[in-house]
Amino acid sequence: MKFEGVDYYHIDDLLFDDEKMARNTIREFVDDKVLPIIEKHYREGTFPMHLVPEMAALGIFGATLPEKYGCAGLNNVAYGLLMQELERGDSGIRSFASVQSALTMYPIYTFGTEEQKDYWLPKLARGEKIGCFGLTEPDYGSNPGGMITRAEKVDGGFILNGTKMWITNGSIADVAVVWAKWNGVVHGFLVEKDFKGFSAPEMKGKHSLRASITSELVLDNVFVPDSHWLPNTQGLKSALMCLTQARYGIAWGVIGSAMVAYTTALDYAKSRIQFSRPIAGYQLIQAKLVWMLTEITKAQLLVLQLGRLKDQGKARYTHVSMAKRNNCEVALEICRVAREILGANGILDEYPIMRHSANLESVKTYEGTHEMHTLIVGEDITGIPAYE
Amino acid sequence: MQIVVTLSHVPDTATKIKISSDRKSIDPAGVSFVINPYDEFAIEEGLRTKEKFGGNVIIVSYGNDGAKESIKKALAMGADKGILIKGDLNVDSLTVAKALATKISELKPDVVFCGKQSVDYDSSAVAQMLAELLNLPSISTVVSLEFSDGKLKAKREVEGGLEIVESTLPAIITAQKGLNEPRYASIKGIMAAKSKPIEEATFDASQNKLSVNELRLPDSKRKSRIFDSEDASISELVRLLREEAKVI
Repeated sequence: MKFEGVDYYHIDDLLFDDEKMARNTIREFVDDKVLPIIEKHYREGTFPMHLVPEMAALGIFGATLPEKYGCAGLNNVAYGLLMQELERGDSGIRSFASVQSALTMYPIYTFGTEEQKDYWLPKLARGEKIGCFGLTEPDYGSNPGGMITRAEKVDGGFILNGTKMWITNGSIADVAVVWAKWNGVVHGFLVEKDFKGFSAPEMKGKHSLRASITSELVLDNVFVPDSHWLPNTQGLKSALMCLTQARYGIAWGVIGSAMVAYTTALDYAKSRIQFSRPIAGYQLIQAKLVWMLTEITKAQLLVLQLGRLKDQGKARYTHVSMAKRNNCEVALEICRVAREILGANGILDEYPIMRHSANLESVKTYEGTHEMHTLIVGEDITGIPAYE
Repeated sequence: MQIVVTLSHVPDTATKIKISSDRKSIDPAGVSFVINPYDEFAIEEGLRTKEKFGGNVIIVSYGNDGAKESIKKALAMGADKGILIKGDLNVDSLTVAKALATKISELKPDVVFCGKQSVDYDSSAVAQMLAELLNLPSISTVVSLEFSDGKLKAKREVEGGLEIVESTLPAIITAQKGLNEPRYASIKGIMAAKSKPIEEATFDASQNKLSVNELRLPDSKRKSRIFDSEDASISELVRLLREEAKVI
C-alpha cells in the first residue's frame, strides 16, 4: 500500500513542485526498498548497508550542498522533507543520512580547506565513503565543552588522545570528524579509519535504533597529519553549528514516525471491532486520534516555517531547538498513544509502531536532550543561562 | 538517436475513484495522478537507449495542465524535453493518436516508446493507431529489446509464450512490465528538471467520434458465502478459490 502522507491542513499547497517531487521520490524509495526489509534488520540489530549506494544515487547525502561537489543544491525545506520520509522508514535510516550529510559533509564543507572539500565531498555524496561525528564523550554529553579528548601539535600534524561515545556509523565509517581540545580550544580533525591507534568498537545491547550502528571511538596516540585538521573551526561553536544542522533534520524526521503511528492507529481503529462496532466510533479513541492529528499538523507547520527561515538565512539555533524539542516530544507521545489504541497488537513487529516508539526514545534525547533544548530557548528569551 | 516517449497522466491505481456530478468524468478532487505505470517502462527504455547510443529523449503527452506534473517527473528521471499537447480529455483513442502523430512526425524520431496501455481507460489502442498514422512498424507488449545495425530485435509476450521479432527503424515499441525496472527521479534530476523546457501545443479535437454517456462505479456488494468445517466444504472452498477467485 502506498503511503499518502498526512496533510490535514493542505500544507502541500505551501510547497513548491520540486519540493514535493523530492519528497515523493524518497517516499517511493522508502515504500519499495526500506519498509520490506527494515523489521528484519531491526530484529537482528544490523544496518542495511545495501541501501547506501541507492540513497547516494538518489542524491540524499549532502543534498543541500553545491553541485560542484557532486551534490544537488537542494533548499532546506526539501531537505527536511527527505528526512521526514526516511524517518518514516526508520529513525536509523534517517540517522545515517543525517550523520553523513549534516555531521560529516557539512563540517568539511564549512570548516575544511578547498583540498579537503574536493577530496571528501564527492566521495561522501556518492556513498563511497561513510562518515561519522565524534563529539560526545562518556562523561560529557550535554556539556561537550568539558571534553577530555586532546590534540597535541607535533611535527607535520597532531597527536590525538581520548574516547568518544554514542557515535552513529562509527564502526562503518571511513572518516570521523573528531573534536578535540588543542591548547584548551576545541578543533575539528578528520580521522581516517586506518590511522594507527584509532578503533571504533560497536556498542551492543541497544533496545532502540537497532537498525543503526552506534560505536565508541578510541583514539590512542593517533597521528593526524596537518592536511586532516579542519582549519576554519572556531572552538566549540563550530561543533554546535553542525548539531544545529542535524537537529533541523531531526525536527522534520520525527514527523515521519508520527505519521506512521497515526495512520496505523487510524486504520486499526476503523477495523477493530469491540462491543460490535469499530473502536474508532468511541469518544475516547477519537480524542486520541484527533490529538495525534492536531500535533502532527502543528509540527508540520513549525518545521515548514523553520525551513523557510533557514532558506532566507533567518533561522537561529534557538529556532531549531524549539522545533527539535517540540517535535521529538510529540512524535514519541503519538507513538505511545498509537500503541495504546492497538492494544496488545501494538507491541508486535507486524505493526511499525513499537519500533518507531523505541527509536524515538533515543531521538528525543540525542542531539541535545529535551531539557537542554528547553534551557537553550529559555536562555534566549530571558537572557539568563539556567544550565551554568 | 531521436527518442520519443509518449506519456499519459492517469489516476493512481491505488486511489479511490469518484465520479463527477456530470456522471461522465472522474472527479479529480482528492485523486492523486501519476505517470501511467506502463509509460514508466517506456521512459526507462528511452533513457537506457539514449545512454547507449546518445541522442535526446522527448516526452510527448496529450492532456491538460495537470499532465505537466508527470512530464516534470519524466524530465527529472532524465528526459531532455517535454511537449504537452493540450486538448479535451473526453476524447477517443484515435483523436489522441492523431494529436500525438501531428507532433511526433515533426520530431522525426528513430524510435517511439509507448506504454502498452494506459491504466485509466485501458483501450490499448493509441500506440498502434499512432503507428498507422505515422506509417511505421509497431511491436507491442515488448519485454526485451536490442538495437543493432539500424535494426531492432524485440521479444514480445504472446499467449503462452514469447515471440521474437525484428524490425527496421524507425519503429514504435509498446512496453510491457518486465522490460526494465524504472529508475527513481533522483534529487539532482529533480533540480536539473527545473531548467528543462516543456513546450505547449494545442490540438483541435472536434473530429472526435466517441462520447461518454455515463460512468458508473462497479457494484460494490460482495457476495459472501460461509463454509462449515466439514471436509467436503473445505474441498469446495479450495475449488472455488482456485477456479472462481483464481487466487491459489
